Amino acid sequence: MVPLSYYLVLSGILFACGVTGFLIKRNIITIFMSIELMLNGVNLSFVAFAAHWHVLAGQVFVFFVMVVAAAEATVGLAIIIAVYRTRETLNVDQVNLLKL
Amino acid sequence: MTQNPYLWLILTLPLAGAAINGFLGRRSSKTAVTTVALSFSGLAFALALWIAVGFSSAAAPYGFDLAHWIRSGSFSADFAFYLDQLSLVMLLVVTGVGFLIHIYSVGYMWDDPSYYRFFTYLNLFMFFMLTLILANNYLLMFIGWEGVGLASYLLIGFWFTKDSAASAGKKAFIVNRIGDFGFLIGLFLLIQHFGSLNFTEVFSKIQPLAPETSGAGLLTAIGILLMVGACGKSAQIPLYVWLPDAMEGPTPVSALIHAATMVTAGVYMVSRSHVIFERAPIALTVVAVIGTLTALFAATIGITQTDIKKVLAYSTVSQLGYMFMACGVGAFSAGIFHLMTHAFFKGLLFLAAGSVIHAVGGEQDMRKMGGLRSYIPWTFMTMGIATLAIAGIPPFAGFWSKDEILWKAFSSEHGSWIFWLIGVITAFLTSFYMFRLLFLTFFGDYHGSHVDEHGHGSHDHAHGHGEPHESPMVMLVPLMILAVLSTVGGLVGIGNRFEQFLAPVFGSGIEAVGETASRGTELLLMGVSVTVAILGFVLAYMLYVSKPELPEQIATALGSFYKAVLNKYYVDELYAKLFVKPLVDGSTAILWQGVDRKVIDDSVNSAADGARHVSDEARHMQSGNLRSYAGWIAAGAAVLIAYMIWMGVAR
Repeated sequence: MVPLSYYLVLSGILFACGVTGFLIKRNIITIFMSIELMLNGVNLSFVAFAAHWHVLAGQVFVFFVMVVAAAEATVGLAIIIAVYRTRETLNVDQVNLLKL
Repeated sequence: MTQNPYLWLILTLPLAGAAINGFLGRRSSKTAVTTVALSFSGLAFALALWIAVGFSSAAAPYGFDLAHWIRSGSFSADFAFYLDQLSLVMLLVVTGVGFLIHIYSVGYMWDDPSYYRFFTYLNLFMFFMLTLILANNYLLMFIGWEGVGLASYLLIGFWFTKDSAASAGKKAFIVNRIGDFGFLIGLFLLIQHFGSLNFTEVFSKIQPLAPETSGAGLLTAIGILLMVGACGKSAQIPLYVWLPDAMEGPTPVSALIHAATMVTAGVYMVSRSHVIFERAPIALTVVAVIGTLTALFAATIGITQTDIKKVLAYSTVSQLGYMFMACGVGAFSAGIFHLMTHAFFKGLLFLAAGSVIHAVGGEQDMRKMGGLRSYIPWTFMTMGIATLAIAGIPPFAGFWSKDEILWKAFSSEHGSWIFWLIGVITAFLTSFYMFRLLFLTFFGDYHGSHVDEHGHGSHDHAHGHGEPHESPMVMLVPLMILAVLSTVGGLVGIGNRFEQFLAPVFGSGIEAVGETASRGTELLLMGVSVTVAILGFVLAYMLYVSKPELPEQIATALGSFYKAVLNKYYVDELYAKLFVKPLVDGSTAILWQGVDRKVIDDSVNSAADGARHVSDEARHMQSGNLRSYAGWIAAGAAVLIAYMIWMGVAR
């Protein structure tokens, strides 16, 4: 049996990849994918704990997260399309109208 | 207490008149304004007469509860009215003289562009004055008290574009505030110690208390504080300074407010509180001394004034002093008697003076009048009657009341021959300056340049006309009615009938003393006061009719003393140095430059500056760069997690 810590380390690596991608990438779609990566990192830790403690709540949570992520993906992609149509770029550094 | 549901109507009528004229008067015709103003004040007078006719001493006092006002714990003050013999006299004087002056004002103010405003204020004044008189508790009386002050302020400053009028209004208001301060503290003491301001309740609680003969106590304090209030409203030393300046108002206002009614409110209030004063001999003495000094002091100033209205103003102050002298020796009914006759003859004097001013086109300086007898005979006759009345020549009204006061000052147990002596000297001075006014104005030759040349001056009426001319009928009729009242008004006092009428209010205890024992003395004193009145007349005749050059020589001979009196003893200047200047300087240096600018302004400004500086720095965090936000979030999350781990390790 694979110990819990392996899963957690993998989960941490996935999350860290997501954060790093989020911070260094300029393309909105990549950033979006990084968010998914973070979510899935968390999902992995949920599932790992659920298996470890034999509690189903963790797996239920994962489903919730997936549903929310799906909804978020729809809205997010719609926003991205809208942004591209108005700004004609997907570079977040140029989407800075709120700047003082 | 008998209920009388019409009491509230008397004072509501003038208020309705004021409201109608105030809201609609600007767009109505002068006739409409006149109709409203006269009918509402006339109705009030008619109602007062009707109540007087139905008044029976057996059923008195009458009362009426209109509405609840303040109910707090055991304390209550309501919109409730109270009518006894004392308020009945005041009611008739105020509505009667007030109505006559309303009629007179129609003629006097006809050409004024703010005609409707004048009558609005005048009706408003009537409302507040009637509130003052008919209130059944001190608090409602205070509402009226402040209200007449407001009306007085508005009317003194009626021609507010004139600087002197505006500042005279302010002066009257501020000086009255000082008096009201004392009045209010007196009321607070009453609430604290007797738990009520209702006249009946307070007096029934004070009634059983023993007089504070051995020393000053609570009642003395209350009495003196009430007297401070009365000093403000009734222009007594040391707060009399506002009244002469109040002559900036239109002459009917001077007649109504600053002679006949409002300024007597202090006398009314002191008389109303006689239960308190009778148990506080020291307070009574204070009242008597203030009254006596004021009577003499103002009379001496009156001699030197040349402005016809100023003479009458100082005369009013002096006569009010007489009334307080009467109250101070415990002869409240004599004070009220003089209040009534004074309302007649002083109202008449002012109205006649207004008629004179009207005749000569706005001139108020008596040196520029003279010889007006033949031009304005009706004014001359009525004013002559009023002068005889105020001088105390029998059988005119002033003789009876003034003699009553002098006799009481001499004979009452609170009185003294000193009060009497000063009173007689004042009577002599009164007679002298009043006849001086009469002779300067109506005798000799007309000194005025004909009106065309200077008539469009700053004052009341400026017509273009050559000869002095008699006033219209609408002004003369009130003069004649008041002249009749000034002639016969004193007769109600014969055989002490007036005193007996008021006896249910004041009791006859103090006043009966020595009444029968010294009939001879009374007649002797009466003879003395008539003699001095005639002496005053003779002296005035000698100085101003037969030898008109003499007064100047006397003035030169007296030198600096004459100059001091002419300048009203420099009291205004003294007050300006002593109180006004330190106040203004202190307010400028400490309150304005110190507190307002340094503390309040600076703290507000530096708070705003500080906020701007801080946010100037903080705004750089809002870069608008999405990745920097994400970085902050990640860093924040990292810090939070690190903290939690560290805490977990520590535990």
